[in-house]
Amino acid sequence: MTAILPYPLLAVGLAFMWLALGGFTPGHLVLSVLVAVAASHALRALGEASPRVRRFAAIPELLGIVLYDIVRSNVAVALIILRGRRASRTSGFITVPIRLTNPSALAILAIVLTSTPGTAWLDYNSARRTLLVHVFDLVDEAEWIDIITNRYERLLLEIFE
Amino acid sequence: MTTGYADVPLWAAIVSAAFILLGAGLSLVGAVGVARLSTFYDRIHAPTLATSWGAGGMVMGSMIFFTAAEGRPVIHEILIGVFVTVTTPVTLMMLGRAAVYRDRSEQNPGALPKETSVDRADTVSNHKGS
Repeated sequence: MTAILPYPLLAVGLAFMWLALGGFTPGHLVLSVLVAVAASHALRALGEASPRVRRFAAIPELLGIVLYDIVRSNVAVALIILRGRRASRTSGFITVPIRLTNPSALAILAIVLTSTPGTAWLDYNSARRTLLVHVFDLVDEAEWIDIITNRYERLLLEIFE
Repeated sequence: MTTGYADVPLWAAIVSAAFILLGAGLSLVGAVGVARLSTFYDRIHAPTLATSWGAGGMVMGSMIFFTAAEGRPVIHEILIGVFVTVTTPVTLMMLGRAAVYRDRSEQNPGALPKETSVDRADTVSNHKGS
């Protein structure tokens, strides 16, 4: 199985995408399978390790939390911009110690931090395992470290490690 | 594709218009933010309004409108949302890291946390090692 499809999730995702864009017809079904298999082998030639998901049950929880946080931080950042210069606001950098080492998990954490306006991933130091994050509205540094560690990283650790 | 889009039910037109206005409005606020904020690090937060709910609102509006207009689920727009979300960090991290690198090598005061002198030594040695 792994010889034909080294990355089953990627193959299914690609086939689904092809059918969603092209329409569900027998011809497109054949094409989607061909594309999925060919792309899987191309990725294996690049030598990417397949991410192993340990606990699928935590994925919906993470997705829900992230979608909620995106809505909340969108409102927060939009209000700050609209209020303009009158608002007193301090932005600043925080350094977060990160236990995650799995590249896929780190990539997802980067997507989460970038998608929520108000936090920007700047630099990950793999030697010290720290993450430099810029926070748009920095009130309490410890609170933000707590959010990243206990709200996102905890679930990512459950899923991947 | 000659479906009369005038036949779209009123509720769907109103809901999708609301989502599109929300998405367009948030994108506009993001653009205003880029123009008005003062530092680089503040500015990189503003466009994420457009790439999260700005794009999301327009995608939702489009899905609702065409689902109602064509009488079948039209959901392939969600791929736009997925790809925007997945690819934005690449650009933002590149810009952010470039700015951090510049500030560290020019030793601009006040911008970065204090322990960066140590981090910088690490980063430099990492680059030499690789």
